[in-house]
Amino acid sequence: MIERIEELYSEAAGAIAAATTSESLEELRVRYLGRKAELPQMLRGVATLEPSQRGPVGGAANRARQALEALIDARGEDLLRGELETSLRDDRLDVTLPGAPRRPVGRMHPLSATRRELEDIFLGLGFTVLEGPEVETVHYNFDALNHDPTHPARARTDTFYVKDTPTEVVLRTHTSPMQVRAMEAHPPPLYVVIPGRVYRPDSDATHTPQFNQIEGLAVDEDITLADLKGTLLAFARAVFGEEREVRLRPHFFPFTEPSVEVDVSCFHCAGKGFLRDGARCHLCKGEGWLEVLGAGEVDPNVYSHVPTTDRNAPGYDPERVQGFAWGMGVERIAMLKQGIPDLRLYYENDLRFLEQFG
Amino acid sequence: MPLMERGWSSEMRVPLSWLREYCDPPLDVHGIEERQTMTGTKVEAIHHHGVRSLDRFLVGGVLSVERHPNADRLVVCEIDLGDARPEGPATIVCGAENVVVGKSVAIARPGAIMPDGGKLEKAKLRGVASEGMILAEDELGISTEHGEIIILEEHAPEADLTPGSLLEPVLPIATEVLELEITPNRPDCLGIYGVARELHAATGAPLAPAPWSDDPGTAGAPAGAEVEVLCPDLCPRFTARVFEEVTVGPSPLWLKARLTAAGQRPINNVVDITNYVMLLTGQPLHAFDLDRVAGGRLTVRRATEGERVATLDGQERTLDGEMVVIEDAEGPTSIAGLMGGARSEVSGETGRVLMEVANWHGPNIHRTSWTLGLRSEASSRFEKGLAPEQCMHAQALAARLMIDLCGARLAPGTIDIGGEPAPAASIHLRAERVEAILGTPVARERQAEILRALDFEVRDAGDPPSGGQAGLDVTVPALRRQEVTREADLIEEVARIDGLERLPTTLPKRRGAYGMLSPTQRLHRRALDALIGQGLYEVVGWTFTAAEKLEHLRLSPEDPARAGAVELENPLSEDQALLRTTLLCSLLDVAAHNVARGIGNLALFEIGTVFARAQEPAADSVTEGAESLLAQVAGETGVRERRSLGVLLAGHVTPPSWRDQGGAGGRARADFFALKGVLEALCGALRVGVECIADPEPPPFLHPGRAGAIMIEGESIGWLGELHPLVSAWDVPGAAVMELDLDRLLAAGIAPRGYVDLISFPPLREDIAAVLPQEIPAAEVIGAIRGAGGKLLDGVELFDVYTGPQVGESRRSLALSLVFRSPERTLTEEEVAPVRERIVAALEELGGELRA
Repeated sequence: MIERIEELYSEAAGAIAAATTSESLEELRVRYLGRKAELPQMLRGVATLEPSQRGPVGGAANRARQALEALIDARGEDLLRGELETSLRDDRLDVTLPGAPRRPVGRMHPLSATRRELEDIFLGLGFTVLEGPEVETVHYNFDALNHDPTHPARARTDTFYVKDTPTEVVLRTHTSPMQVRAMEAHPPPLYVVIPGRVYRPDSDATHTPQFNQIEGLAVDEDITLADLKGTLLAFARAVFGEEREVRLRPHFFPFTEPSVEVDVSCFHCAGKGFLRDGARCHLCKGEGWLEVLGAGEVDPNVYSHVPTTDRNAPGYDPERVQGFAWGMGVERIAMLKQGIPDLRLYYENDLRFLEQFG
Repeated sequence: MPLMERGWSSEMRVPLSWLREYCDPPLDVHGIEERQTMTGTKVEAIHHHGVRSLDRFLVGGVLSVERHPNADRLVVCEIDLGDARPEGPATIVCGAENVVVGKSVAIARPGAIMPDGGKLEKAKLRGVASEGMILAEDELGISTEHGEIIILEEHAPEADLTPGSLLEPVLPIATEVLELEITPNRPDCLGIYGVARELHAATGAPLAPAPWSDDPGTAGAPAGAEVEVLCPDLCPRFTARVFEEVTVGPSPLWLKARLTAAGQRPINNVVDITNYVMLLTGQPLHAFDLDRVAGGRLTVRRATEGERVATLDGQERTLDGEMVVIEDAEGPTSIAGLMGGARSEVSGETGRVLMEVANWHGPNIHRTSWTLGLRSEASSRFEKGLAPEQCMHAQALAARLMIDLCGARLAPGTIDIGGEPAPAASIHLRAERVEAILGTPVARERQAEILRALDFEVRDAGDPPSGGQAGLDVTVPALRRQEVTREADLIEEVARIDGLERLPTTLPKRRGAYGMLSPTQRLHRRALDALIGQGLYEVVGWTFTAAEKLEHLRLSPEDPARAGAVELENPLSEDQALLRTTLLCSLLDVAAHNVARGIGNLALFEIGTVFARAQEPAADSVTEGAESLLAQVAGETGVRERRSLGVLLAGHVTPPSWRDQGGAGGRARADFFALKGVLEALCGALRVGVECIADPEPPPFLHPGRAGAIMIEGESIGWLGELHPLVSAWDVPGAAVMELDLDRLLAAGIAPRGYVDLISFPPLREDIAAVLPQEIPAAEVIGAIRGAGGKLLDGVELFDVYTGPQVGESRRSLALSLVFRSPERTLTEEEVAPVRERIVAALEELGGELRA
């Protein structure tokens, strides 16, 4: 009997190991351990055996049955895992199809992005940001900025005038009127930048009747032209790269004295004026320098136009305060940085243009 | 500021060879360019005028001239080129008729680079090989004269005319020309001598004496001409001299060459002299044919309103009462400072010349020039404001040249009305002030040296005893009187010549300075970022708009958005005559531009200024910061500006996907609720609570059933809705649009918030469905629930709307999610039950009931 049990066990163990599906394994369970199978029947028949045989045969049969059950369970788990793996593999996606689209982000307009970049640079240098009105009185746009009463900028050909106003009113031609309004509102020391839209009656590839500037103004007891140079060098390097240099060229503006134009060494040709292949640099036209803004020490006459009040006491006495101012064109800087050939593209707002920036 | 002076700087073309006659530093053209640019007379460009390859241009001796065998109009010449052509004379075919045996001519040999850049090649002309060219004036860039070749004996009798020698020292055939940008404060540099003075100061190279220092003329009243000035305010000085026995003819080549290189066309010796003197001194002149000045008398007066004058350019121009004319007995002959008239123009028959050199009021000339749309070399100088002293500089130089070049006899005397003004006062320049402004020291001796080089008179004020300040006493030269009036102006002179490139780079002390955005500015950025995060593109539209566009929005003429529009006095065109009152037009413009290019799915926003005529100042609620400034400015200008936010959605609001149910038709389209979702997302980002209510009188451009007013604390700050189908001027089908007052939105968002414990105690959630009459707005239902819910009700969200047979006709079911919460304890069902009962009661008051 015991030999038969061992024989059955090894036969069943072999079959279990060879089973390849859960179904065939279930058949084996029925064949070897089912009600009518030989091993369980042997167990049931133990009572009919001689007493001396009952112990060994019953023990062997029971052990064989338990061992086979364990083998079947273990094999069953293996098979299930394998079958799951197979069925998962069959549940296959084309992973190269596009994902379910989220709403894509929009884009900031390149002029806004440039303005914000410039604001952040000057915030880092200790300036605060002010904004002012786009419609201004002639007083703030010209008179207080030391423009001679007959200065050509006041002409109808150079400035937009507004109809039916209590005093002469213009669309501001520069952000500079806020210099005076800022000094009227705050005592020195004063460190502000003033971004905003300005207007001039002009329209071609490099002029639009509206454009944007960022004005800068720093006034304290001892702010020098060298300080202006240092501030603008920091700006130039932040915007155009660490290698840049600036140069100040004498120029003329009614509201600064001395007045300068500020050039930044060309970032396209590293200030050499020509490229590696020997071709003339198209960006700086071979000069090695790019003109980016106008600036200077604030003209004493401008301080004289700032009345002293409670708000700005002790006021702006030109013998006691001095400082610098600049005005830069946002479009000019954006065009240089972004390589835009035509200013008007900014105001066309073609989405195929806008999506490349911001 | 950078673009501030565009158009007001002047371009000045300075032939380098001419400039070097007065100041000749040991620098090449690039060295001079660098010095000029860095001291204030920027070199915009360097041009080459005339020929290149100077070794190809030689003096030739004419050995023989014979008819061309095959061409009547050509001759074949044998030209002696001496040592330059050892193998013998060159054969050159020529078309001119004045080639004469025995004379010297200008020869270009093959390989020569001509003024137009072309290279001269050996050529066969009608079968005869020609080894070069015998040159006329135009072929050397001297003038436009082409008829005759140059006979060198006539033009350079004293020169070495050995055949084969170089042509360049004999004739001025090549020079660099500097194109300078002269800022409007420096009319003294609109003359070459002024530029030479700058170069002298910038390089230290010596300056030749002024070319007008030797005046052959005399003072006193001359015979034969009279002048009267009736408007001395507009004509501070008028001088005139009379020349007799004038022979009008061509100018010498050196003069023609200089004018041509400077960009002027030679005409005749008298006219050329006026142009030459103007280019050298900066002072314009005008030559009258005195015999054609009716009555021999000129009167300077204001024009009469509507007076018409024929000018040299063949046009007739209508003047106004602020313009100045010069007239003779027969009426006006010129517009003062701008252009002469044809009647008294110098011609070949002219024998007597009245040379006028006047000083005009600059701003008046500028005004006349712009009003008439007429600019000339003279007006562009006069409008900057010249010094009256310059009149006699020009008279002196012109007299010398008239005598030398036209054989003229200068009649004694000079008409001089107005005379010279008083010399400029002395300005004190404090020694330490220069360093204080520049941030770097400049020695007092160096300051004095610079100012002297610029023709200032300088006296060292020494170190005076107490009371005075050490420094320099400086007297301004006449030519700079108008513009150098203060110590600050002197500091600029020192700074620019001493060299701005020597300035150190330092940063300001920044006492008390901290760079920081204001709360409103930070929120502004957050709003922009939130909208971009919602998939919207920022656009930038035009401030200018047209009445027609507002009409296209169906705004009635009385609508404040149309009636209150601010109008420009001088728009660029009629469709840019108004300042926008709404961002809607420019958003629709942008949308239409893109739709027309096949981009139909649009999500756009703009943040920009809108303008309106200011109402009563008191009606403006003044808040803080930029907003209060704009309210204040409205009082000054009569124009109220507001920062506005506009949004436009069109087409599909979600991107297409292969997973869309039912293809593209299943995708959400831009409509009222898509847009309202944008508003809610924005307000969520800003933490601002806004309400949207049905607008009983929506703006006329919105679909009246699909429009809402945007409310903050009971006040409307804007509108949103779907575009009215009759707003069809823009081809943007199915757009949803919104506009609101951004400053008021941001103002609602800046209140600081305290901490609320939302973590320690869990909330109690409950969903209810209420069936209510259909006409009751959801906001009213939610409001009633909030009112009834009291402090324990933390939130109400509507998440479903159902209409259908199950809820009955004219009724709808709203499914709402309620959240009850206490920051102090965990709520129990028992606590919430009475609140819930109150909510049910409130719903019943609205005619509703809980749905089973």
